[in-house]
Amino acid sequence: MTLILDVFTIAAVTVGVFFFVIAALAFLRFPDGLTRLHALTKVDNVGLGLIVFGLLPQAGSVMGALKLICVWLLVQFSGAIVTQLIARSTRREGQEA
Amino acid sequence: MASVFDVTLVCLILAVGAWSTFARLTFSAIVIFIVYGLLLSLAWVRLAAVDVALTEAAIGSGVTGMLLLNAVARLRSTDAAPTPSRSSVNIAAGVFCTLITASLAGLVLVPPQVPVSLAPSVMESLGQSGLGNPVAGVLFVYRSLDTLLEKVVLVLALIAVWSLAPDGLWGGKPALRPFPQRDSVLIFLARTVPPIGIMVGIYMFWVGADEPGGAFQGGAVLAAMWILVMIAGLAAVPPTSSHALRLALIVGPVVFLAIGILGIFLTGTFLAYPEGYAKPLIIAIEATLTVSIGVTLAMHVVGPPEKEWRS
Amino acid sequence: MAIMNAITIFGLCAAALVGLGIFGLIVNPQPLRKILAINILGSGVFLMFGVIARRGAAAGLGGDPVPQAMVITGIVVAFSATALAVALLLRLVLVSGAATLEAEAEPSEKDGR
Repeated sequence: MTLILDVFTIAAVTVGVFFFVIAALAFLRFPDGLTRLHALTKVDNVGLGLIVFGLLPQAGSVMGALKLICVWLLVQFSGAIVTQLIARSTRREGQEA
Repeated sequence: MASVFDVTLVCLILAVGAWSTFARLTFSAIVIFIVYGLLLSLAWVRLAAVDVALTEAAIGSGVTGMLLLNAVARLRSTDAAPTPSRSSVNIAAGVFCTLITASLAGLVLVPPQVPVSLAPSVMESLGQSGLGNPVAGVLFVYRSLDTLLEKVVLVLALIAVWSLAPDGLWGGKPALRPFPQRDSVLIFLARTVPPIGIMVGIYMFWVGADEPGGAFQGGAVLAAMWILVMIAGLAAVPPTSSHALRLALIVGPVVFLAIGILGIFLTGTFLAYPEGYAKPLIIAIEATLTVSIGVTLAMHVVGPPEKEWRS
Repeated sequence: MAIMNAITIFGLCAAALVGLGIFGLIVNPQPLRKILAINILGSGVFLMFGVIARRGAAAGLGGDPVPQAMVITGIVVAFSATALAVALLLRLVLVSGAATLEAEAEPSEKDGR
């Protein structure tokens, strides 16, 4: 049973890290602020989500697992709003310029 | 052997540190510095110092980063292109710093034969204090004078910052620019996150007795929440003459000092806790300190009283 | 004895950061960059403490808690110093109108930039 859980963790975290690598690459390659934000939001959602999902069996307790999920939800929530704020100020600067 | 992760982390820290030092724009340098602080807190986790990692992420990277970003926003108009220093100066500085690094590296590579450690002495009598977190034990039992004075330093620095206001503005309001109203998402964030954040802050202080966490880290979270609410324009920045504000600033250090003086009468030693009462007294100190640290950090970020900001 | 164990790697990193911080402090002309450099220098010194603490792992702990607690104190004091330095800089700009440490005797050079 532990073996299956370990394999699950390794698989989920690997896919999550893959999303991070892709997003980092996109962040460096994309031309402007808005497209870069687009790349970063994927990581908040899916990349971190997969890593948290993969770590759940390793958390050791239900409380620990709940904390991990809370971390993910908080990052999702603040990430979504901060992305909005950055995108709006980017657009405003673009209009002023 | 060092793992691939450690080597990669160290290379990243050095690269990001160098990038922050040599970035062309000060704004970029500060943003990179925040990233640097977060990477550094990973290094602290690798060094089995989770308490320090939390402090570094919260204060070394987070609050310091906010303070510097605030400063660079105000300095932007004066951010002239840096005049390149003379190359002779650069070379001399480079040689000097390489020598310093080399001698420090030498010290690292030739460690003492028997590692010096106070860990056994700390663990020996940690049980008496009722605390489970050895770092909290050192901060509030063995070196509590340091911790007390450090809180006083934090408040003294704030008094010094306030003193930099022009004479007529003493006791006035710090000029924090609220975010333009039309971006209502920030207001939404400032309405929803603080209840969670305040809970997290209190939780961090509470678990600090037995697990990594404590008054500093909890206080930094509280400070962040207050700043968020002020930036969103939901709460006014209090004038520095406000009695409630001043009371909140000093309540932690005063309670700490009072309990320390109580120790003289009950046990004969300054800052000693009476037998059996160590844990409740430490929790009382930490609870008030969390409030004071939160308020002090936030007031450091908003800065000295100023005339109303003209945008 | 493995010379290149993980702790040593972090120790070398700390040594390099101290050098980097001092270099930035000397070479960067802008005051805010100097404040930033001092923070990098400080973090290198703190990391050195962390390495010493990790080497002192004993009594079932991952590291010696005494240097760790001193670093926590140090980070807070470093923050106080940074805040004061930033406030001094902003006041300097308010009074003199320029964020520079150049002596007032050479205003012509400042205009020439």
